[in-house]
Amino acid sequence: MLNKTTAALALSTALVAPAAFAQELEGTLTIFSDMSNPAPRAVMESLAAEFDEMHPNLEVELTIIDREAYKTQIRNFLTANPPDVANWYAANRMRPYVSAGLFEDVSDLWEEPEIAENLASTRGAMTIDGAQWGVPYTYYQWGVYYREDIYDEYGLEEPQDWETFKSNCQTLLDNGVKCFTIGTKFLWTAGGWFDYLNMRTNGYDFHMALTNGEIEWTDERVRQTFANWRELIDMGAFIDNHQSYSWQEALPFMVNGDAAAYLMGNFAVAPLREAGLSDDQIDFYQFPVINPDVELAEDAPTDTFHIPSGATNKEAAREFLRFVVSADVQTRINAGDALGQLPVNASASIDDDEMLAQGFEMLSSNSPGGIAQFFDRDAPAEMASVAMEGFQEFMVFPDNLDDILARLEQARQRIY
Amino acid sequence: MTTATLPDTHADSGPRNGWLRRNRMLVSPLLFLAPGVLFFLVYVIFPIFQSFGLSFYAWDGLGEARYVGLANYQELATDRNFEVSLWNNLRWLLLYLLAIPGGLFIALFLNQTIVGIRLYKSLFFFPFVISQVVVGLVFTWFYDPTFGLLNTMLGWVGAGPINVLGDPQLATYGIIAAGLWPQVAYCMILYLTGLNAVDPEQIEAGRLDGARGWRMLWHIILPQLRPATFIAFVVTIIGALRSFDLISIMTNGGPFGSTRVLSFYMFEKALSEYGFRMGYGAAIAVVLFLIMLVFIAYFLWSMWRDEQGARR
Repeated sequence: MLNKTTAALALSTALVAPAAFAQELEGTLTIFSDMSNPAPRAVMESLAAEFDEMHPNLEVELTIIDREAYKTQIRNFLTANPPDVANWYAANRMRPYVSAGLFEDVSDLWEEPEIAENLASTRGAMTIDGAQWGVPYTYYQWGVYYREDIYDEYGLEEPQDWETFKSNCQTLLDNGVKCFTIGTKFLWTAGGWFDYLNMRTNGYDFHMALTNGEIEWTDERVRQTFANWRELIDMGAFIDNHQSYSWQEALPFMVNGDAAAYLMGNFAVAPLREAGLSDDQIDFYQFPVINPDVELAEDAPTDTFHIPSGATNKEAAREFLRFVVSADVQTRINAGDALGQLPVNASASIDDDEMLAQGFEMLSSNSPGGIAQFFDRDAPAEMASVAMEGFQEFMVFPDNLDDILARLEQARQRIY
Repeated sequence: MTTATLPDTHADSGPRNGWLRRNRMLVSPLLFLAPGVLFFLVYVIFPIFQSFGLSFYAWDGLGEARYVGLANYQELATDRNFEVSLWNNLRWLLLYLLAIPGGLFIALFLNQTIVGIRLYKSLFFFPFVISQVVVGLVFTWFYDPTFGLLNTMLGWVGAGPINVLGDPQLATYGIIAAGLWPQVAYCMILYLTGLNAVDPEQIEAGRLDGARGWRMLWHIILPQLRPATFIAFVVTIIGALRSFDLISIMTNGGPFGSTRVLSFYMFEKALSEYGFRMGYGAAIAVVLFLIMLVFIAYFLWSMWRDEQGARR
């Protein structure tokens, strides 16, 4: 512990220009965090404790709020009782607070070489109106998690293209196994499918333009995405009655072998392992190419730290942000026994985990098109909720497509 | 000779015989009422008018509120989700009333003296004691399309599996059925207490006149249960209009918004993760309030009439 602390101390002092500066932080630093699940909570608590220890004159006050409740409470505390540091999400999800002037512009941090060089990959996600409004602390890949043993049993390979993707699925269906499990009760899981199908059909730039409201939902290219989706639906690729399940309730289908794969974020791996699947049974592949003319792009939602503009101890808050993104801290908090996700700092090292290693490889070298956040973070909240409801309806009643797209287009014209 | 000195009955005359004392019969009830009235004004009446005001604005809860006139209401008129919610509210109102006859018949059935009747009564009352959230979860598992008991039972009689909560046509009815379970128990307990107060002499008299079965129930018992019926009606209507927790737990408004009711839609638009259209939410709340006002007016009128009747 002592070694760790001194290492972190040395590192953080090295980050800051005048070496004595780190010692001068005074007062209290209040942090509001949404990292309420057990593992993230432990990470957040240790971060706060460690930062407190590093700065003897500074008192760190940490408040952890339930992750779901946080999403509504943040509006109240940012206006009424702002902390010095708060958690949130990247991209459009932070736009309401940026536009309302509730987040501090931290572009100065992003000019420091330590951050500018090492965090370049997430810079875009943190930029609105040409300025940066926070720093990321973790992100995770999306992709297809599948039952390796079931694929082996039927002699299937990880698909590289859309045809193999479908023929694999047909083989599984012929053997009475559903290709994909999914639970769309809370809608966003269907957003993941749309993200991938649209990015593979029309590319990253088109997808971003669509989520920014620049393209009509009734556009022929959007229809092509849905046509591809429909091929899978008509095959019966997805489990039945998915509209009744949450994403967790859809896991048993994969665990029991009734379904062979799950398009999900990396957070699905932990419950799958806990349910008894070994690393020989689960594996990961990148969503395959559909349209060879567009570059591969991925979803990798990024979680962030921000300084509210009403913060009282911005000096200490900036120092905390530097501390969180430093390579050493990044390596530790994203390790398999902590968050189990990907570090945002390019100099940090990835935990020796099969999924994380593949995800990191994919995001750093095989996602030339770009990295999207996720449908409900890239699109404005209201558009996201209307659209994801439409996606769910489409997955159950694909014949309603015209009606759904007309509705989404109507919503788009009103919202943007 | 002594002069009889009358006790001074006006000890408090003079400066102490002020306005306060003269009006104490008026002032003291007002003083006692004041805290309640104050809180009622601040937390109920004032927010109602605030909602009315807010419904003319577009506001995201953060920035400046922008006056938009009747735009929110115009949007409501074309909003299909609003229409669905309104119809669902009507379904809830109508079908939820089944709890009243349901409760009555269980109460009549349980209103007998056999060994262990208290146990049976409490077992029937049990669903009302557990939280709505638990009721919702229990019914969600019961309806589960893959592992649920309902489909297992349907399988015994050869009926095909149905996904009650996943079918936009059925889902609302599925939730109402779940809501009826505790509501029937509530009405039952209201009627059981009412039945205790039924006058045995009137029953005796009715029996002598040859009334039995349905005629006895309709002409002798039910008129005497009127107060219980009124309360059961009030709580059931109120229960139907605030049917929020079951929907939130069982379907979250889905599939594709088919089980929303006005209160849930208002929450979604104004306060949920993807919402924060405060003005639009307020407009929905106003509509819901107007619907409730119809019932509130009826209840008040009916209570007022009863009081007039009692005074006569």
